Amino acid sequence: MAAVTNTIFSPATATRFDKLATIYPMKRSALVPMLLYAQDDLGYVTDEAIAEIAQRLDLLELDVRGVLSYYSMLRTKPAGKYNVQVCTNISCMLRGGFELLDHCKKELGIGHKEITEDGLFSLEEVECIGACCWAPAVQINYDFHDNLTPGKMTQILTDYREGRGKDVK
Amino acid sequence: MPTLVSHPDEVKVISRRFGQGCSDIEKYLELEGYKAVQKAIEQGPDWIVSEMKASGLRGRGGAGFPTGMKWSFVPKQSEKPKYVLVNGDESEPGTCKDHVIFLHDPHSVIEGTMIAGLAIGAKMGFIYLRGEYRYLLKIVEKAVADAYAKGFLGKNIFGKEGVDFDIITQTGAGAYEVGEESALMESLEGKRGVPRIKPPFPAVVGLYGGPTVINNAETIASAPHILLMGGEAYAKLGSERNGGTRLFGISGHVERPGIYELPMGYNLHDAIYKVAGGVKDGKKLKAVVPGGSSCPVLRPEELNVGLDFDQMGKAGTMLGSGGIVVLDETVSIVEFALRTIRFYQHESCGWCIPCREGTDWLKKTMTRFHAGAGTKKDIDNMQYLAENMLGRTFCPLGDAAAMPMLGFYKKFRDEFEEYLEGKRVEHPLIQISPVGVPALAGAH
Ligand SMILES: Cc1cc2nc3c(=O)[nH]c(=O)nc-3n(C[C@H](O)[C@H](O)[C@H](O)COP(=O)(O)O)c2cc1C
Ligand code: SF4
Ligand code: FES
Repeated sequence: MAAVTNTIFSPATATRFDKLATIYPMKRSALVPMLLYAQDDLGYVTDEAIAEIAQRLDLLELDVRGVLSYYSMLRTKPAGKYNVQVCTNISCMLRGGFELLDHCKKELGIGHKEITEDGLFSLEEVECIGACCWAPAVQINYDFHDNLTPGKMTQILTDYREGRGKDVK
Repeated sequence: MPTLVSHPDEVKVISRRFGQGCSDIEKYLELEGYKAVQKAIEQGPDWIVSEMKASGLRGRGGAGFPTGMKWSFVPKQSEKPKYVLVNGDESEPGTCKDHVIFLHDPHSVIEGTMIAGLAIGAKMGFIYLRGEYRYLLKIVEKAVADAYAKGFLGKNIFGKEGVDFDIITQTGAGAYEVGEESALMESLEGKRGVPRIKPPFPAVVGLYGGPTVINNAETIASAPHILLMGGEAYAKLGSERNGGTRLFGISGHVERPGIYELPMGYNLHDAIYKVAGGVKDGKKLKAVVPGGSSCPVLRPEELNVGLDFDQMGKAGTMLGSGGIVVLDETVSIVEFALRTIRFYQHESCGWCIPCREGTDWLKKTMTRFHAGAGTKKDIDNMQYLAENMLGRTFCPLGDAAAMPMLGFYKKFRDEFEEYLEGKRVEHPLIQISPVGVPALAGAH
């Protein structure tokens, strides 16, 4: 494999990418995980990241973009440092998911897929996140919060605002 | 963090190690961990498959295909390498059972993957989790690394010359359709999650063109238990043609929502009223979606039915992924139906017309209906549309969208009609745009 000089990713991510490109029976298999890890590193999948991943996997940039656009967790624009994803699908809907979404809109002063002015938070209404029995549920970056009420939600947002939130990556 | 619940009617097989710290390999070993796979190595593939067949285990991913039979379809000889693919994409609304398996007993998934590999002659397995499950991926990754360190994975596993097995773990990046088995293979090959035409079936031409067994994570995690207790003993726990137990997720308006392990065939009414403590706050029951959002709804008088694939089928619905969603009297079926179709429209991969257009028109028409600009003809039109999607799509997502909608139109037609007569949702959960603004979308 031609060595790819890493200019944009953190050393840990670059090392992970070196490994990912070798473990599968076919290199291209590493594409979806790589895009996700690139996003975790850079905040979103940048043009430079697309170019480098294409090079690492011997793909056209077009191939990478085609795959990137399919998956709803991948984005090509920045989100807030903490991306608040509120589930309003059926189980959460029944236990206050929509109220929670409204509450977050008011607390943060932003709507679906918008970012607060300080760049700290973004908000998204999402489909079921696999926490239906502990509804209503919210995911902030990769961290799950469940059995929520508007009161608990306010506390969680405060925790994040004051730097006490977990940033699971 | 998901809370664990418990009820005396539970029969704990797959959940027997939950809450005991079994993501730690030492603890798992203490509780009979990795014994089943060693037995499997000694007894050989034919024995594994015959035990699995005897167990009556049927796929826990939704369709209920007999697992032993699926494994036996893989050709013994193959020029291309064979693979095991574990489906942990878990995205059907109402479903969160694999979540607790990965969290509480990740080694059982690893051990089950190895057993499936031994049964079909594969030397490599993949465990694919949905993208949102990053924290669970870390737990599974650590478990895999620990298993390698012990010599349970890699070359000459358990010191047995020539027995090799490797496991690769990864997540997706947000897509319900990737849970469909052929779309899952596409995703794993680094492509968009668009399904493949069948036949050929994965057992013959699967991942990288090699014969592949794809099973749900719960199906796979059941295998070690079955080999330890014996297929026949496992079968006896369940009902006719539906062996064993399964994890049911009970959510929505019940007193004690949670994941419960119940014998196959357990009564649905009891699952809601005994196990989950009945309808929340003493309210009246309106409806039950019995197996994830794609399963047709049941009315309160239809709950005296056993929770297995055949009995649920006879009752006109499905056991699906075991996600039981309970709706109390305050829920508007119109609103619930709108939320349901919004999901399927969002997740349609767009490959074939009946699904892409069908889900879109159903959503548009439901949106207008919900906003108060519906007509009686809309109900007929939506029903007609859904009926015509059935069986005419490339993959089963089209059916998964049409079936629940048909259930709502047929069983709660009265509510749709009353809605037209002005009996609306008092406090709509879904934002209602001013009537007329979503144009006359879907009007004919
Ligand atoms: C749209 C769609 C989504 C699906 N999602 C899942 C899923 O998230 N997890 C799963 O195990 N099976 C899912 N399935 C079923 C799989 O295609 C496949 O039948 C299953 O993984 C086989 O495993 P089993 O025999 O152990 O049930 C889905 C099917 C369809 C059509
Ligand atoms: S039914 Fe057709 S459009 Fe819908 S998800 Fe399947 S292939 Fe894609
Ligand atoms: S419906 Fe919200 S997590 Fe499943």
